[in-house]
Parts: sequence; C-alpha cells; structure tokens
Amino acid sequence: MIKILKPGLLSSIQDLGRYGYQKYGVIASGVMDPLAHRLANLLVGNNELEPTMEISLLGPTIQFEEDMLISIAGADLSPTINGEAVSPWRPIFVKKGAELKFGYAKYGCRAYLAAAGGFAVPSVMESKSTYLRAEIGGYNGRALKEGDILKVTPPSVLSQKIFESLKGNQLFTEMDWTVAADLLPDLADQSRIRVIPGRQFSLFNKDSQIAIFNDPFEVTAQSDRMGYRLKGKEMALEKQEDMISEAVSFGSIQVPPDGNPIVLLADRQTTGGYPKIGQIATVDLPLIAQAKPGDSISFTEVTHEEAQRLYLEREEKIQQLKQGIKLKFR
Amino acid sequence: MDYQLHPLGDQAVVIELGEEINLETQKKVKRLSTFLEKNHETWMVEYIPAFTTVTLFYDLLAVSQLSQNSVLPYQAVCSYINKIIKSLGTDEEVDQRTIEIPVCYGGEFGPDLEYVAEHNDLTPEEVIKIHSEGDYLVYMIGFAPGFPYIGGMSEKIATPRRKSPRLKIPPRTVGIAGIQTGVYPIETPGGWQLIGQTPIKLFRPLDDSPSLLQAGDKIKFFPISYEEYMNWEDDK
Repeated sequence: MIKILKPGLLSSIQDLGRYGYQKYGVIASGVMDPLAHRLANLLVGNNELEPTMEISLLGPTIQFEEDMLISIAGADLSPTINGEAVSPWRPIFVKKGAELKFGYAKYGCRAYLAAAGGFAVPSVMESKSTYLRAEIGGYNGRALKEGDILKVTPPSVLSQKIFESLKGNQLFTEMDWTVAADLLPDLADQSRIRVIPGRQFSLFNKDSQIAIFNDPFEVTAQSDRMGYRLKGKEMALEKQEDMISEAVSFGSIQVPPDGNPIVLLADRQTTGGYPKIGQIATVDLPLIAQAKPGDSISFTEVTHEEAQRLYLEREEKIQQLKQGIKLKFR
Repeated sequence: MDYQLHPLGDQAVVIELGEEINLETQKKVKRLSTFLEKNHETWMVEYIPAFTTVTLFYDLLAVSQLSQNSVLPYQAVCSYINKIIKSLGTDEEVDQRTIEIPVCYGGEFGPDLEYVAEHNDLTPEEVIKIHSEGDYLVYMIGFAPGFPYIGGMSEKIATPRRKSPRLKIPPRTVGIAGIQTGVYPIETPGGWQLIGQTPIKLFRPLDDSPSLLQAGDKIKFFPISYEEYMNWEDDK
C-alpha cells in the first residue's frame, strides 16, 4: 500500500490500453510509453499487462505503508528515497515508511512506477487505464491526488522471490543488475523518429512530402496524452478536399487544414477526418512519448515492412529479458 | 464485393469497401463488422467500422508466430481478409431503430449557427428547419465515446470544418462538418461547426452497450426552446 503525499503534475494509473471498445468510440487510453511500462512490470516479476503509475514532467511524493518491491522506468525525474538517489530500470526493495520523491523531468517526459503485484484498481471495460476525459477507469477515473491510498494486488511467485532476494534492513535496496542497454531507448534519437508514409501521403504536395522527412518540428505547448501539436513547415494538400473519417491509430500523424501536423497518442480519438501524412513506427512510440513541449523532433522514412521487422526484433529482446529474469530466480 | 486493402501503421489494415458515403457501402461495413464480431481470431485485437472502411487491428507478434515466416505478417492478414470477404453473404437485413433527439439550436449552445447560415445564404431559422426536418442514419460511432457520424443531412446547410479545431467543445453539442452532422457526447477538442445542444446523454459508460446510438439507427432531431432544454429530464 502506498500513500500519495504530493500528486505531481499528472500522475495516473495506466495499463496497455482499453482495446475492444473502440468500435463504440471508447478510446484506447493506456500508457504513453508502452516499452517503459512493460519493462517496469517485468523487473518486479509482474505480467506486463499490470497497471503502473504514469508520472509526467513533475513527479509525485509517495509514502510506502508496507515493505514493497518496485521499479522505476522511462524518463529521469531524479527520483530519491528519503533524499538518496534511486536507480531506474532495476528491481528495488523499499521499506515501510520510506518516502519516494520525484522532481522535474531532466531527461524525457514520463516515468513509470511499477509495484510487485500491480496497483489494485477495478477493471472498467476490461482495462485498468484511466480515461481522464470520460472520468472512468484507473483510480476513480481521475489523476492521483494528495492523500490517495493505492493498494497492490497479491504478487506473483516470481515477484515474491525477487522481493526475498533483496529484502534487508535498509530503507531501500537496489538490484545490482539492470536492463541490457540495447533495449533502452536512446532519447537522442528523437531527431530521427521513424515514420511510415501515411495512407494519404500521396495527396500532399511535393514540398510537404519532402519537408516531413527532412525538417525539424517543435513539440508545442498544446500537447498532451491525446496528441502532440507540432510546429514547423506547414503541410498542404496538392488539392484541398474534405476526407471521409476513418480509423486512426497510436502514432498517426494527421494534418488539419491549418497545416500543422498532430501526432495522435494514447488518448487519441478512435477515428479522424484529417489526412494522415505519416505513421510513427510502433517501435519508436517511446521516443515521441518521451518528447516534451519545446523539444525539437524530426522524422525519417521507414517502410511498412521494415517497421514490422523492427517491432518483431524488439519483441524478441523483451522475451529474452523475461526469460532471463525467470532463470535468475528459478 | 469490391474492396481495397491498405496498411494503417505497422499493426492494422484498412479494408476500404466503397469510395463514397452511401447506404450500400454502409451495409457492406455492417456485414463485415458482424462477421468479425462473431469470428474473433486469437491474433485479432479489434476492429473499427467507419463510413466506407473497416479497420482491423492485429497483434503483429501473434500473426508472425502463426505464419512462421512463410509469408510476411501483413500478407498473412490480407489473405485471411480476402478469404472471409469471399465468404460473406449479401442477405440479412437488420432491425432498424428510430431515436428522437431534442436540440436547443443557436445561442450559447450553437455559436456557429450564424456562420453556417451565412455560408449557405440562409437565415439561422432556415438552417434549424432544414436540420430538424432531415431523415438521418447513423453510419458509425467514433471519434469520441458514443459519437455518432450521421448521414442524410441536406447539402443546403453543408459547411466545411473549422480551419483550426477548438480545444474544448461542451458535451452534447450538435455540429456540422462538410455534409456530416453529429453530436459530441463528452467534452473534447474538435473542428466541427457547432449549431446547438441536446439534453440527452449519448455516452453511458456503465450500461452494457456504452453508446446510446448504434451504426444503422435512424435519427430524428427536433428543436426545443432554451427553457425546455433546462427542464429536460433524461430518462436515463
């Protein structure tokens, strides 16, 4: 059980998303950075579907009401436990009474806090993700507030073994190993986020088709979990036309008539009527999710086939990590 | 049945069943959606029906494991779709409901009513009359929970989307975009021209079906006064 002493800017409970209800217009929600979320879960012996706490830009202060096994992944928000720095991307045993404090995002935008067992919140439409705008799911359908108490689900056998191996008398004990570096996203790559040409790519004029893969774009202040509005060269269609609305997905880059691209993210609508100039490769979603307002990003072209290959390659590495952790605690 | 397949990102395929919004295409969309609803394969994540398309989201890892590198995962998904579309029948008419939706037009609820009138050389009263006399069909639910995309609006009041979407549109607002009309169920950003508001809730997250409206429903809008709006008691 943990208690929120200070909530931070936007801390919410998320899992991998609410799928199966998009046909009713119910958005997928879920974590912005699925990779960090999954790794955070695996490190504490959880199934990767368990909900974690997504922490944005300015983090919370949390008190532990019992001994717990946790992990922190994603952005660096300078986490400390009772003033002492804590390492990300590894299992950590934390003693009852300890205080975990996050600061401002130094590197990246969103951190993920996983607890062994997963945070215990009810499922709504088969997901534990918070759908902020509709006020459903997660912790009472809202972002976390001061005084909130979060319980955890009973941990798996694997979690218990990791917990026992670290358990000690100090306020916290960190594991001496971490995730292999080739699995961690390099945020310096924000300058080359891989994008597949979108379904309406050919309707854009030549200038736009060149600029989207060559010019930098700024993430504007009008950016949130729903989407990032970008500022750069204005994109234009060869010939203006009203499109018929159809499904969009995580990472679709659509262009409204004002010419400024919008990247659709976790809280995106299910369908959209603006032409899609591109689509961020799933494997690079963590890079865009970790970009914050003011950051400069740019896109490089990747084929559909290559994007699928990169995804499968990453999945294999995640499987290896999963197996590796299991083997360590056999 | 004529159709085309296009990838949407690296984990979905858009099945395009027609090039314009019409009843015939809507029926094809419904038929394919009904099939996918009843025949859920383990590698399918979900499907999203729209006016002229059904988009099928798939689990890339699961597809690749099933096809065991003999074909590219996208090709495996396309072959499956080709097979099921061939097997789809052309019969089965579905029951059609008619839902009546009261709307308080103009004023604070419909800040773009005047613009829609001007754009079409009409008075606001004429816009209201034309909008509320139409026979409408729900083509799809999308964009926001329970948001109906409605066909059948008169071209006399068609108005393009706003150049830049509004950041906040109040729940239950009725709008126009091109030749489409629709109702916003929850507060959301959007680019539609806003002409009024209904007191009825379209998104009911605790109900079995979270959307009041379903694709295929008929809709009648009828005008109500500000006073009637304020005193409206939603039956839910």
